[in-house]
Amino acid sequence: MRNPVFILWLCVAAALTFGTAKLIDNPYVFFAGYVVLQYIVLSTGWNILGGYTGYVNFGTAAFFAMGAYSTVVLHKTVPDLPLPVMIAVGGVISGVIGLGTGYLTLRLRGTFFGIATLAMSVVVQTLITNWSFVGGSRGAYVVRPDTTEYFGIDYIEYLFLLMLALSVIAVGVARAIEKSRLGYGFATIRDDELAAEATGVPTLKLKLLATALSGGFMGMAGAPLPYYVTYLDPASGFSLSYAVNTIAMPLIGGTSSWLGPVIGAVLLGTLQQVATVTISSALSLLIVGLMLVGFVILAPKGIIGWFAPKGPRK
Amino acid sequence: MSEALLTVSGLGKRFGGFIALADIELEVAKGERLGLIGPNGSGKSTLVNCLCGTLRNDSGSVRFNGRVLDGMKAHERTRLGMARSFQLPRPFGTMTLAENLRIPLLYVVQLRGAVPNIDKRCVELLDLVGLADKAHQLPTDLTQIEMRKLELARAMAAEPNLLIADESMAGLSHQEVDDILALLMRLNEQQGVTIIMIEHIMRAVMHFSQRLVVLVAGRKIADGNPADIVRQEDVVAAYLGS
Repeated sequence: MRNPVFILWLCVAAALTFGTAKLIDNPYVFFAGYVVLQYIVLSTGWNILGGYTGYVNFGTAAFFAMGAYSTVVLHKTVPDLPLPVMIAVGGVISGVIGLGTGYLTLRLRGTFFGIATLAMSVVVQTLITNWSFVGGSRGAYVVRPDTTEYFGIDYIEYLFLLMLALSVIAVGVARAIEKSRLGYGFATIRDDELAAEATGVPTLKLKLLATALSGGFMGMAGAPLPYYVTYLDPASGFSLSYAVNTIAMPLIGGTSSWLGPVIGAVLLGTLQQVATVTISSALSLLIVGLMLVGFVILAPKGIIGWFAPKGPRK
Repeated sequence: MSEALLTVSGLGKRFGGFIALADIELEVAKGERLGLIGPNGSGKSTLVNCLCGTLRNDSGSVRFNGRVLDGMKAHERTRLGMARSFQLPRPFGTMTLAENLRIPLLYVVQLRGAVPNIDKRCVELLDLVGLADKAHQLPTDLTQIEMRKLELARAMAAEPNLLIADESMAGLSHQEVDDILALLMRLNEQQGVTIIMIEHIMRAVMHFSQRLVVLVAGRKIADGNPADIVRQEDVVAAYLGS
């Protein structure tokens, strides 16, 4: 399928999603759906670095929270800025941080890279906790309007729509990369960097591009968060569960293609939301743990691994 | 002999206290077929790695096609027209054979401005090394010998001026050695590709090389006409002991 056609189908799927949510006529659907969509963006972004190039990033929370905190800063300085612009700014900031992190850490491989990203996350959290302008450890309140001036939809519906749009963009970009020269280059990095260089792939440049793109999408996923939660403190913004979920979702769905993170995010995200309502919110990490164990045994290549024929990475 | 394609002067490489290469002087002319031999551990692969930018040489310099390569990254050298096959095959494990060849086509040939029909070219190249029927299999399905052929095909896919074949025939049968030799000969004679062959199979080296260079313990001890070189006393001593 050509990319424009694919994007069109994505838009149709997104429109159907919104329509269905609207039909259910319960605002909670939008609250829960927002989280699932947010995880689609997060895990798709993560997968650009973690799945395509094979660099496992444990610092999701840092990129995510940087997006959220850039919105807090913008909300306090230029409150009239439309949210989509704030999202773009959050994405750029996290992308630049991704680039910086990449430059400093990409000479590390495997576990060492993972530890470095985790450390980076702790450092960023410490900085934010000690920055009183964004609330420091007390946190920051962001009062959101009830409705929007767009078609008179509720603000939560607006947030849902924005996240839906971000999902479409993230998934569209991820798929476009996969089938392109860039995607092949990313895959060579995952397979063998030495051989990649020998066949003309500029590995450092591609790795930096991957960290920047990946960080950017995670930042965009986090940017609307302050308006969603209305109160943001470092402990929740940098919550480890973001990092864990964002790694678990692509692994469960499958890391080799754009579809894996989407399946993983929808499956795990929905399960967690249902469990939160029916049983307890404390259960969600347990669910992740159990599913990870189960999938490592049953589907080491993720759910898409069940359907993909043995062989071609298509 | 025509002008030099590759000029190596005073090249040295050490790993800690171990001197892997010392003062290597080497000139390879355009269109030449050079054999590089030496006992195990004599520095042949280290020299290849220094030429291709996989390792940094500590001293000396490498000129290729009129450009000084010092400090240049491996992928830049590949784009300038230097391709190599690895001694231990390093295929891209999650990609099919055709996709393996796609990489140099995308990143070298296309970026030079040529726009080949990639799918067709992949099959052509695989056909050259006799792997066309396995185009859509993964490298894990291949035997070691087939992997060496894939290695060679991937190096050829970059359409190099200089091809460095690092022991691409080890373990091959008599007939297969002849096939690969014929392939390299064709590449050299019809497309004018300069080839450096590193090989232990003397039959192949002697048949192939116009000139032979011998490395022993990181030093070049001989350089010249193959038939003369193999009778040279120090060369014989290096291989058989004195």
